[in-house]
Amino acid sequence: MTSSADDLSIVGKSLIKPDAFSKVSGQTKFADDLALPRMIYGRILRSPHPYARILHVETSRARAHPGVLAVLTGDDLPVKFGILPISQDEEALARDRVRYVGDPIAAVAATDEWIADEALDLIEVQFQTLPPVMSIEQAIAGNGEPIHGKSNVHKTVALEFGDTGEAMRAAAHVREDTVFFEGNTHLPMEQHAALAQVAADGKLTLWTSSQTPHYVHRALGKVLEMPMSRIRVIATPNGGGFGGKSDIFSHELVAAKLALVTGRPVKITLTREEVFYAHRGRHPVLMKVKTGFTKDGRITAMQFQSFLDGGGYGSYGVASTYYTGALQATTYAIPRYRFEAVRLFTNKPPCGPKRGHGTPQPRFALETHLDKVAEELGIDPVEIRLRNLPKADSRTVNWLRITSFGLEECINKVVEGSGFLKRRTSMPAGRGLGFAVSCYLSGAGTAIYWNDMPHSEVQLKLDRNGGVSLLCGAIDIGQGSDHILAAIVAEVLGVSLEDIQLTTADTDLTPIDLGSYSSRVTFMAGNAAKAAAENVRDRLFEVAARALQCDRDDLIARDHRIVRRNRPAEGMDFAQAVQLAEADDGVVTGTGSYTPPKLAGPYKGSGVGPSPAYSYSAAVVEVDCDTQTGEVRVPEVWIAHDIGRAINPMLVIGQVEGSVYMALGEALMEEQTFRLGLHKFPSLLEYKSPTALETPIMHTYLVETIDREGPFGAKEAGQGPLLPVIPAVANAIYNALGVRIDEVPITPDKVLKAMNDKAKRVGPKSVPAFDFPPLIDADVPDEWQGK
Amino acid sequence: MSIPERVAVRLRVNGEEAALMVPPYKTLLEVLREDMALTGTKHGCELGESSTCGVLVDGKPFLSCLSMPLDLEGREITTVEGMSADGRSHPLQIAFAELGAAQCGYCTPAMLLTAKALLDRDPHPSRGAIMEAIAGVLCRCTGYLKIFEAVELAASRVGTPAR
Repeated sequence: MTSSADDLSIVGKSLIKPDAFSKVSGQTKFADDLALPRMIYGRILRSPHPYARILHVETSRARAHPGVLAVLTGDDLPVKFGILPISQDEEALARDRVRYVGDPIAAVAATDEWIADEALDLIEVQFQTLPPVMSIEQAIAGNGEPIHGKSNVHKTVALEFGDTGEAMRAAAHVREDTVFFEGNTHLPMEQHAALAQVAADGKLTLWTSSQTPHYVHRALGKVLEMPMSRIRVIATPNGGGFGGKSDIFSHELVAAKLALVTGRPVKITLTREEVFYAHRGRHPVLMKVKTGFTKDGRITAMQFQSFLDGGGYGSYGVASTYYTGALQATTYAIPRYRFEAVRLFTNKPPCGPKRGHGTPQPRFALETHLDKVAEELGIDPVEIRLRNLPKADSRTVNWLRITSFGLEECINKVVEGSGFLKRRTSMPAGRGLGFAVSCYLSGAGTAIYWNDMPHSEVQLKLDRNGGVSLLCGAIDIGQGSDHILAAIVAEVLGVSLEDIQLTTADTDLTPIDLGSYSSRVTFMAGNAAKAAAENVRDRLFEVAARALQCDRDDLIARDHRIVRRNRPAEGMDFAQAVQLAEADDGVVTGTGSYTPPKLAGPYKGSGVGPSPAYSYSAAVVEVDCDTQTGEVRVPEVWIAHDIGRAINPMLVIGQVEGSVYMALGEALMEEQTFRLGLHKFPSLLEYKSPTALETPIMHTYLVETIDREGPFGAKEAGQGPLLPVIPAVANAIYNALGVRIDEVPITPDKVLKAMNDKAKRVGPKSVPAFDFPPLIDADVPDEWQGK
Repeated sequence: MSIPERVAVRLRVNGEEAALMVPPYKTLLEVLREDMALTGTKHGCELGESSTCGVLVDGKPFLSCLSMPLDLEGREITTVEGMSADGRSHPLQIAFAELGAAQCGYCTPAMLLTAKALLDRDPHPSRGAIMEAIAGVLCRCTGYLKIFEAVELAASRVGTPAR
């Protein structure tokens, strides 16, 4: 049942979120704010070399240091782990080799953080350094000892949907582009922290700043070789995540082990420099895109190649690799599609998911590519997109199911709002307008480990005074998931936000939610919350109908009352209904869960990409370029986002604005780069990110398409709106200066170089030779046969 | 280093006098968080680069991670816990909550105190003055716009009773 906005009293309103006052008062307890009696401190010794063999770790001097209570090395935690079941390649503390500067080697627990630091200096490690692999090209060349296994190749993909070669030969127009997207990092303001405690009965509790407490729980069980029932993981509110706290981290396992061996609570808080090494951020990706068009600009086929620089370990990399190719066809109707990708190990901190996971890079490639094609064909950049849009309730050639589809309306909003079509041809010197569009998931359709269980679960317990306890494994990372849960339950039960008591992300108390990643929480935990609330509401309606002698379908819950739909004077207080139900059958509880539909197509690799719904975004960016210095400023941004339905428009706009901000940082300044194996900028001062002074005027338009499977029609907001902004900046710079910077970030030196370049371009000229495996000729859905 | 020596220090924090014994190398940030349980003050780098640890000293923004308590005896230190009085939130706190200017909430204490210092000296600042004043405090969530709007909303309410 879809509800019209008029029927809703909480959903759709810009209300104050439940955790707002806790946050503005400083009362919110982040992981490092926790302290326990007898607590001691852990610190981790990390590799100074990008690649080396560990010959010997001598810890005797550290152990003898006054105040030191324990020292661990790799042999104390020998079980390997990794976030994906297929990439179990990490060790809590490296045993035979270190694979990046910052790779953990040993750990110390001491009564004082300073003493722990001193003890780290007393650990002597003998290394045999190995020649580091610091680029995609070096990894492919493969001279020297492979970083894992027999080669530096971590993952390859080679898929074809329909004969793209034939379509290219028949195309009226074909264009090929090569672009590069440099890596960058999440930079949450809160450094990761974990606190472990072992109770007298041996039970372990870990408080951690994690987006994925359930996966941390599983990894602790595996690595510590303890039953999960003897481990409790509590995720603390994350002081920013953006994907950077969604992996299993060494310090979480080490804090737990140190607590087990010392019997004391142990806290480890990473320094800012260590956060840069923990990373799991944006993969550097080199891409080649080739597309065939009809003469009026309709896509006939696309061939896309990605080369991912993965860093030292697998992390989420297999998924990241597929994501660089998955969403091209949900944005544009592509009749034939070839996708080849390779992820390579290098001696850098491991890359993983950052806001947009694997999709901002191909989005940059695709949207700049289309801009160039539009110019060649003499079509305006908006029109070429409009001619290639997929349809609502359709299926892509790679089997992704599209339901609600608001991209066309998003395009219209930003194009009209910015006056794009008129203004772009008459911009003052140095000024330009750029346009781009995008698509993103509302949660991955498959879990990280294969299972048939729900992805999100909610439990409710009603109090006889009308209060509602809500338990869910979801963790608020600032995106507002606490509000989404509370708002949905309050809406269904007809009570206020204040009546909802939240308990979240505690593996002892809360049913599973897989985590705050993949833009899944509103959609999946929201659906679970709605189901749970409907479940208890049914129970209340049953007892109320009996007391009111009416049909239970005649009842509605609103304003703390359960009343007859057309005779609102006949009814009872919500609390009275709870009491009736409790008298009738004991504790009033209800559960709800959400399992996404099975949507994977009939080919290997089809598990990455399917989502129960896709969000869409469009952006116009205005740039102001200084032709003397190459500096690019962004004075104004127009952005529209297809949110399905905004459960809380204020929070959605907050996600959109935050995405625009983060995108502008990536587009213009943020990069994680290395020199001689060392991170060039492992500090907030040197890693440039936008400040308040760089903030543009932003015009945000929310487009509501009421998705049939989203809770109250809602889709995601946290990641999608980042995607179109980066290519829109590049397209705007072309509009302003006539130069193409086919490489992110677009720093002033690149702008000046392009202005002085004969071809007016900066960017990669080719991709390295690489033998992709033979293409898997995947079936295409019936509706695409013969196209 | 063996077990650290401690020195006596008297601090005035949020209007209350405190007599403490702390290791002399501990920063104000550490003493506030670890010795006074005022964990509303956060840290983003402990190198003076993020301003996440910002507090007010005699009403002016100050980086607590770069300050030594012994240097601050006799000065008036304000942390986020001192922004609300008599159980009432400061207008800036209310505006931040109402407009969604705190997402993860981690930079929020420093952001609020920095904005308070601005409003105390310039009750009706321009947008440019707000941007200038908070430029040193990094926020990764909001894109800053909601923070500007919240400071403006709080400024517009000066003289109206607090919640």
